[in-house]
Amino acid sequence: MARVLIVAEHDGRTLNSSTARCVSCAASFEASAIDIAVLAADGAAVAAQAAALEGVTGVIRVDHPANEFPLAAVAAPQICALAADYTHVFGPSTTFGKDLMPRIAALLGVGQVSDIMHAESAWRFQRPIYAGNAILTVETPDDRPVVATVRTASYQAAESTGSAPISERAVEAEIPTHTRYVELRSDSGGGRPDLQTASRVVSGGRGVGSMENFEIIERLADALGAAVGASRAAVDAGYAGNDLQVGQTGKIIAPDLYIAVGISGAIQHLTGIKDAGVIVAINKDEDAPLFEVADIGLVADLFTAVPELIEALGEQAGGNS
Amino acid sequence: MTVVDTILVPVKRVVDANVRVRVKPDGSGMALDGVKMSINPFDEIALEEALRIRERGETAEVVVASIGPAVCTQQLRAGLAMGADRAILVETELDLEPLTVARTLKALVGRENSELVILGKQAIDGDNNQTGQMLAALWGRPQACFSSELSFSNGIATAMREVDAGIEVIEVELPAVVTTDLRLNEPRYTKLPDILKAKKKPLETLTLGELDVEPQAQFRVLGFETPPERPSGEKVRDVAELVLALRQKGVL
Ligand SMILES: Cc1cc2nc3c(=O)[nH]c(=O)nc-3n(C[C@H](O)[C@H](O)[C@H](O)COP(=O)(O)OP(=O)(O)OC[C@H]3O[C@@H](n4cnc5c(N)ncnc54)[C@H](O)[C@@H]3O)c2cc1C
Repeated sequence: MARVLIVAEHDGRTLNSSTARCVSCAASFEASAIDIAVLAADGAAVAAQAAALEGVTGVIRVDHPANEFPLAAVAAPQICALAADYTHVFGPSTTFGKDLMPRIAALLGVGQVSDIMHAESAWRFQRPIYAGNAILTVETPDDRPVVATVRTASYQAAESTGSAPISERAVEAEIPTHTRYVELRSDSGGGRPDLQTASRVVSGGRGVGSMENFEIIERLADALGAAVGASRAAVDAGYAGNDLQVGQTGKIIAPDLYIAVGISGAIQHLTGIKDAGVIVAINKDEDAPLFEVADIGLVADLFTAVPELIEALGEQAGGNS
Repeated sequence: MTVVDTILVPVKRVVDANVRVRVKPDGSGMALDGVKMSINPFDEIALEEALRIRERGETAEVVVASIGPAVCTQQLRAGLAMGADRAILVETELDLEPLTVARTLKALVGRENSELVILGKQAIDGDNNQTGQMLAALWGRPQACFSSELSFSNGIATAMREVDAGIEVIEVELPAVVTTDLRLNEPRYTKLPDILKAKKKPLETLTLGELDVEPQAQFRVLGFETPPERPSGEKVRDVAELVLALRQKGVL
């Protein structure tokens, strides 16, 4: 039977919900163990959160000063040292997991399954290719470790109702010093919900026209309690930070409500929103490809429609209270 | 001052990013007959970066390499036309998995004595996002993945990495592997005289055997499917109708 080790993604204090989604993937096939490895400088808080995830059988805490920041070259040999007890090693297909997991796979001498969206069994998986234009079913042999990343938008986060045992481990691995973390520069947020987990997202595209105008997207997001996203064109043009890009090479998201404003709907963008509940398109070009997938389309100039929508939402909120 | 002698830029031949590809009706693969092929866009960015490094005098030479069938010479010639100094084709008819590609690149790195490999973070066909990381692991060297800015000083590369939380800055000692994100640069257009000049640049052909690489296939592909299409919805006339529709769908 499968024994799955999941590499925890965290910032030193808080476990990222991507880890809980990996747990759900592992729980979708028969596994006799689902353990989480927490590599940190001091992993107490994160390990406790990991231990609370429903379905988890154990948490392994590996505290080491070198684990203060998530460097793939530092983490990979440590995970490999733990991997011997497992049939599967999973990580999320976030930038953290995409950086780390192939390094682990190569050190173990095996291939990797990227972006699992469905597990037919512990050894048979479905994954998107060609920007989501096709879904591939692959099978990997059971005579060697299965290293994979889990497409987080395909799985709900496991609940925090469990209580697995936590053990501390010192791993024997040579930790390289050739890679140094300098800093993280992050300017977005503004108290808004996290793009990857938000239930509502408002995204702006090139049609928004300028960085100043992008404020209109933020105001609509705030009126809805939504996260802000952007198309690649909007990020390239500097209207929004790279961490807000939605799509094949940005974030793959699955909110209940996605409102795309001034975005044409290129295949690379649509890849990022396929799993959204309700998609709304506001675009002045009635032939924009986004209308082909939108549940609700409004052909209009965004500079009139969005302020009207903000006002209407405000009235509604006023009326409700 | 040169930082490295030779930069190796692996380039993959893929379906052009503007082509909308479909699954074959029998689910045995993708319908690729006659579609336009190009250098994987992320690899083109990798090549552009290598050329800029050479133009700053930080490397002596840029080598493009491709692993695949003989037609990959088209992409290698395109890379030479962009400005690479020479090209290597590792010719094979096999559809190699990323681990074997990484092993092949490792052999090339040894053969060319390259201290810097720059390649795309993913190829837009398989969307695997693995090869650079695997090469770095096999080579026992650092990786700077998803880079959007790159600079060098004293044998150290500083990379700005596009990560989910923003921009992460790391320093890696050379030799190293860098994978590119879209915002690293905008690749140049090639001019006709460059295309003509490229025909005279050296292009060498090797086999996997000559590099001592034994191809391994771990995965069994069971089939290709077209994902379920989202049915297109309704158009509303104005904002009032939009709000109503949102309420009806239960998302307000
Ligand atoms: C390898 C690769 C990877 C990529 N990855 C991504 C990715 O991850 N995410 C992504 O988004 N893109 C990605 N792209 C880019 C993608 O192909 C498109 O170029 C991009 O999504 C276009 O962004 P846009 O819709 O904002 O801009 P455009 O395509 O320029 O669309 C702007 C839209 O705004 C509308 N508009 C203009 N003015 C107004 C107005 N006043 N009111 C209403 N509407 C207006 C226009 O009608 C138009 O439809 C990738 C491309 C490649 C090659």
